[in-house]
Amino acid sequence: MDLKELYQDIILEHGKNPRNFGKCEKYTHQAKGYNPLCGDQVQVYLKLNNEKKVEDLTFEGSGCAISIASTSIMTELVKGKSTEIAKKIIIDFLNMVKSTSEIKSNDLNEDQKTTVMSLSGVKKYPMRVKCATLAWHTLTSAIERKKEEVNTETID
Amino acid sequence: MNINSIKSQFPIFSKKINGKTLVYLDSSNSSQKPLSVLESLDNFYKNEFSNIGRSIHSLAVNATNKFEETRTSVKNFINANSKDEIIFTKNATEAINLVATTFGKENIKKGDEILITELEHHSNYVPWHYLRETKGAVIKFAPINDDGDIIIEKLKELLTSKTKIIAVTHLSNVTGTIVPIKEIVEIARKKNIPVLVDGCQSAPHIKIDVRDLDCDFFAFSAHKVYGPTGVGLLYAKKKWLEKLPPYIGGGGMISEVKKDKITYAPIPEKYEAGTMPTAEVVAFNESIKFMQSVGIENIIKHEKELTNYTLEKLKKINSVNIIGNPKNKAGVISFTIKGIHPHDISTIVDENGVAIRAGHHCCQILHERLNLTATARASIGIYNTKEDIDVLCSAVENCRKVFELR
Repeated sequence: MDLKELYQDIILEHGKNPRNFGKCEKYTHQAKGYNPLCGDQVQVYLKLNNEKKVEDLTFEGSGCAISIASTSIMTELVKGKSTEIAKKIIIDFLNMVKSTSEIKSNDLNEDQKTTVMSLSGVKKYPMRVKCATLAWHTLTSAIERKKEEVNTETID
Repeated sequence: MNINSIKSQFPIFSKKINGKTLVYLDSSNSSQKPLSVLESLDNFYKNEFSNIGRSIHSLAVNATNKFEETRTSVKNFINANSKDEIIFTKNATEAINLVATTFGKENIKKGDEILITELEHHSNYVPWHYLRETKGAVIKFAPINDDGDIIIEKLKELLTSKTKIIAVTHLSNVTGTIVPIKEIVEIARKKNIPVLVDGCQSAPHIKIDVRDLDCDFFAFSAHKVYGPTGVGLLYAKKKWLEKLPPYIGGGGMISEVKKDKITYAPIPEKYEAGTMPTAEVVAFNESIKFMQSVGIENIIKHEKELTNYTLEKLKKINSVNIIGNPKNKAGVISFTIKGIHPHDISTIVDENGVAIRAGHHCCQILHERLNLTATARASIGIYNTKEDIDVLCSAVENCRKVFELR
């Protein structure tokens, strides 16, 4: 398989210049995620307004190109959405990297779909799927205000 | 010594893995197996299988003899005094747990100190941590310098009247540091402190002489010494095995069982409860024979040359950083590439058929000390060649290309 299917330009670019990196001001929700296999960790900071809309979403952490790019892309896609739609996008993304290779969501525009689909190459690298999904599980945890840290070894 | 003829004894190298010729540089994790070991496993199961030590039929007698032959071979391989000093376990981790648990039971009280080092694998830390949790023991870490060598002076300073045991690796699975065990044992002797050596990484690569080292315990695993999985080895001085309580209870480790009283078998059976990995122990004898047929001096010479070759070539690649620069280094080469995470390195070199490991290699304390979360690691076995290293280096160059590094 061509490595370029995995390491597409969009991924490399987000990996090198992650968007929304840092701690946003006045965040209302936050969660931590950890991958014990590699020691990668991520913290997401989420700011919801009164209508449960994502006003801001940022992250801190360290990881491989796949995990940083996936997190960066996630923050871009979810910002401005309601938590209800955010949850749908998360499920759609997890299905894409694990089985379908497709994004079905009507809540993303074509550009956004193309961007997130750049991560579908991960499916062919089972050992790397968790790199891509860590931040998304962590975002779910933040939205639901779960107390315990997300651990890639205890989620699907 | 002809490496190609050695390599040809390993069936896996004649196969294509993922359509590529395999360049296996993950021997610190586990080694590949020569045909003689695989044939022994096959032959034992097909033609000679029986459990050992219980029945008196011919198959059982033969199996028991072969099992015990391996014990004698292990004794000779590490130059122990007696074959009764060799205990078979599930793996080296279990061997260390055996010592921590049985030694800890009677010798560790609240506030007692256990000295380990910053180089240790989790398997030589977590078992001692249990004693911290259950007994209130204190664990101290002998520090290393930036080269990856243990600072012996600091180690000395950490020893107190409360230090009950020193547990230290013989060879780091991250930096390749060969630890001066004799020097540490001499220091410990003066204070009457026993020493456990984690020999997992050293046993396949340097000469092991437990009498010369004078350590009290030495643990290693068969699967890293070109042998089967499921077999760990514990050497312990007889006085300890006789004195310490048994570990796992069950059949085979007892002498007499009454409703109100149980007595235990003499060593080594005292520590070998239940059915053992019989075929695997028998096959491990072939691994030792393989090591002896190559000769430890030849192994050391070949691997030293290859280590130097690897270091020289990797250092020439832009943005590659080698982790540690110990005084005495074995063929364990951990590295990072500025701008590429080790997991990405591993995935990319795998496309060229190169098997390396990426992560913290079960050494989070060491990675924290070096301010790293993960490294990529190429580790050498007797079957590796300069051509393997050339493929590794061009695969590393390819990482830079994929990531468009200049």
